[in-house]
Amino acid sequence: MARHSLANGLRVVLAPDRSSAVVGVAVYYDVGMRSEPEGRTGFAHLFEHMMFQGSEHVEKMAHMRHVQSSGGTVNGSTRMDYTNYFELLPSNALERALFLEADRMRSPRITAENLTNQISVVKEEIRVNVLNQPYGGFPWLSLPPVLFDTFPNAHNGYGDFVDLDSATVDDATAFFNTYYAPSNAVLVVCGDIDPELTTDLIERHFADIAARPTPSRPCTAEPDLTAPRRSRVTDALAPAPALALGWRVPDPVADLEAYLPYVVAAEVLSEGDASRLEQRLVRRDQLALSQSAYLGLFGDPFDSRDPVTLSMTLHHPATVIADAVLDALDDELRRFAADGLVDGELRRVNARIASQLLREADSVLGRTLQFAAYELIYGRAELLTELPGRLAAVTGEQVVAAVATLTPDHRAVVELVPGAARTHSAPRRGR
Amino acid sequence: MTGVSGLLPPLGPSRAARRPSSAERTLSNGLTVLAVRRPAVPLVELRLRIPFAGNRPGHRARASLLANSLLLGTARRSELELVQALQEVGTELAVGSDNDRVLISGSVLRAGLNTGLDLLAEVLTSAAYPARLVAGERKRLRDQLRIARSQPDVVARVARARRVYGKHPYAEVLAADGDVAGLDATALRRVHRQRIQPTGARLVLVGDLSPARTLDAVEAALGGWAPGAAPVTLRPAPTPVPGPLLLVDRPGAVQSCLRLAGSAPMRTDPGYPAMQLANLVFGGYFSSRYVENIREAKGYTYTPRSSIEHRMAGSAFAVDADVSTAVTAPALLETQYELGRMATLPITEAELDSARQYALGNLALSTSTQAGLAATLAGLAGPGLGLDWIADYRRALLSVGVDDVLEQASRFLAPSRLVTVVVGDAAAIREQLGTLAEIA
Repeated sequence: MARHSLANGLRVVLAPDRSSAVVGVAVYYDVGMRSEPEGRTGFAHLFEHMMFQGSEHVEKMAHMRHVQSSGGTVNGSTRMDYTNYFELLPSNALERALFLEADRMRSPRITAENLTNQISVVKEEIRVNVLNQPYGGFPWLSLPPVLFDTFPNAHNGYGDFVDLDSATVDDATAFFNTYYAPSNAVLVVCGDIDPELTTDLIERHFADIAARPTPSRPCTAEPDLTAPRRSRVTDALAPAPALALGWRVPDPVADLEAYLPYVVAAEVLSEGDASRLEQRLVRRDQLALSQSAYLGLFGDPFDSRDPVTLSMTLHHPATVIADAVLDALDDELRRFAADGLVDGELRRVNARIASQLLREADSVLGRTLQFAAYELIYGRAELLTELPGRLAAVTGEQVVAAVATLTPDHRAVVELVPGAARTHSAPRRGR
Repeated sequence: MTGVSGLLPPLGPSRAARRPSSAERTLSNGLTVLAVRRPAVPLVELRLRIPFAGNRPGHRARASLLANSLLLGTARRSELELVQALQEVGTELAVGSDNDRVLISGSVLRAGLNTGLDLLAEVLTSAAYPARLVAGERKRLRDQLRIARSQPDVVARVARARRVYGKHPYAEVLAADGDVAGLDATALRRVHRQRIQPTGARLVLVGDLSPARTLDAVEAALGGWAPGAAPVTLRPAPTPVPGPLLLVDRPGAVQSCLRLAGSAPMRTDPGYPAMQLANLVFGGYFSSRYVENIREAKGYTYTPRSSIEHRMAGSAFAVDADVSTAVTAPALLETQYELGRMATLPITEAELDSARQYALGNLALSTSTQAGLAATLAGLAGPGLGLDWIADYRRALLSVGVDDVLEQASRFLAPSRLVTVVVGDAAAIREQLGTLAEIA
């Protein structure tokens, strides 16, 4: 793995691996849902869609077509702190991907027609994933406004329809000019590449993109809760209740050492049939239908900066009240904190973590995306190779100390009330 | 594709993918084992496919509850001891079922492969189905099914399957609640004895392994799994009979689920490669006519797509789009238009080349990881296909011409051959849909 920067500030990471004839290309921009101004909820994601609408030398639809007709795949996503674009291709198509990414970094086609079209598409995306879907957006849309107070952390990152509908070409152009500067991006090329040749290709396609000022990051710092918070949302389409819980955890970038025990703790608590919550809440007490505990709103512990959330989601039958689930959960967490790990528990969990990390490492695309996220968020793509060792070095005492902080007194709880549970009447719009 | 020809960099020389080394053996108990070496990381992916088709009422419920209960302990180990022993070698087994089979999947650290195989054998030969835990799983499955049935996509899949398959077992996508309620541990133990057996089963192992030695290890671990009766073969799935549009009411729904379906050639049919390219050009990938029309030009939907699903008793072509309630009829009109265009007019050479390159590249990418190759081979295992089929399919894609695609499209994409189901707010969409189609 090697890194360098172009004169315009674009950071480049190259990670050769010639074991298969595949190459991954990723461009990560340091702009995410937290960067959105008030009144423009959902804009980072809407803009992600605009980056697929053609660019200076590439017609609408042509970006996808050039990648796919080269035998590759392409996509993008919007997270709290970044927006990413990526391709996985046969390695003979590498230069095409670089050309396409450079062309839209230089000049995407932001037209009124494309914007109107993509506002419609994004609204359909929200309808299919949230408004027409039981448990849609739960808990990633419903937990942050309870756990956080400041706009960057608390607002709806998918976007309010009023905000989406009022987006203009000028907004989009200004957003691009501010946040899509080459110095605000990381480019990663991973897989079947010759580093020297690839460096030349990157220079050829990206070097003439004019430098622009690097934008400042949004202020996201806010204090932890000093008292529990609890709220309810009614889901008109859901037939059974659910619970989401959230706690703040240490800043992963400033203090990774303090953060990693929470990553292991989430595994011990929730990963797999042998995990604590599965055994206690699902198997033994039969209070929950399913459980999950994870770091990061989208289940990736290393994809965002502070503040990061440890979330738990519990689906339970309507015959079980929420407090019964919470009581059992708190009892299990207290016992864990008091009695510690059982014999062999950490060893078994570590075997599982090791096997998961190997599985992820087997995918060129997976590695490409991780290198890019770690370079952008941590400034250290090499974290990818260090993580297995660092996670394995977390001690049982550290895990127990992390679990001991998961107490009710600074926790946010969202109860999902099933609107479709009591009667057989029609599910209704509007929640 | 205008405005870029002078600038778009050409493709470099392509590096041919090498066929991985592999070995296959059918054990004396009837289990066929395929071991494929792909040593990228020190793991082995494991997929065991056990035929589990059935014609009797309630069969889907038996398969579902058995899959959910298979790992609740063995003659020697409690549920917790079993899952901990699996965790020790880095694995967690997942058990799933559909109308054709039960599939057990997992990945195991290379060093733990033999232990993993022994644990698998223990489960297959002595799963305990403890009464109390089975009762818990039964309750949980019933709750999960109720949640599943609240999802519009599931409602649509259930309605479409019933419409397409009629009295064929494939009509039953999900287990019926009443059938699940009637099962207990005794029933599961009986079903296990009759159906969880090696005759016709296939085990696929992909990873950092030596194929020949791995076959010996599997034989040592699973050779004692006792054979049983020949698996049930379902009668061929019926060709869907098009008729009036089926409208399923979901009052207040903000979107309508458009779902069309027809039959498709099986993977071994010589027409299949051309059919796959017809599917791609229509709606099988982003660079397709359907996506360009109803998403990128009209903004009706986020998720338009078409696909081919292969099952033992027949393959199916499907079109799915979730569209805004207000544009339900216009979206159906465009769907019919694009299907009709595929069925009556030849595609362009550029469309054919793009779809072909995508199909070839996608096959290479999706089989470039251990997990991807294992999933692909597990999918092929039902009809007994494997690495040879992949190589043949690749070659066959190269020789498909525009006329071949038109021939397949006219047979399988013609709107007159497809069943149409719409799940949505009937009060809001019945009238507009009625202008395009007779409604059942």
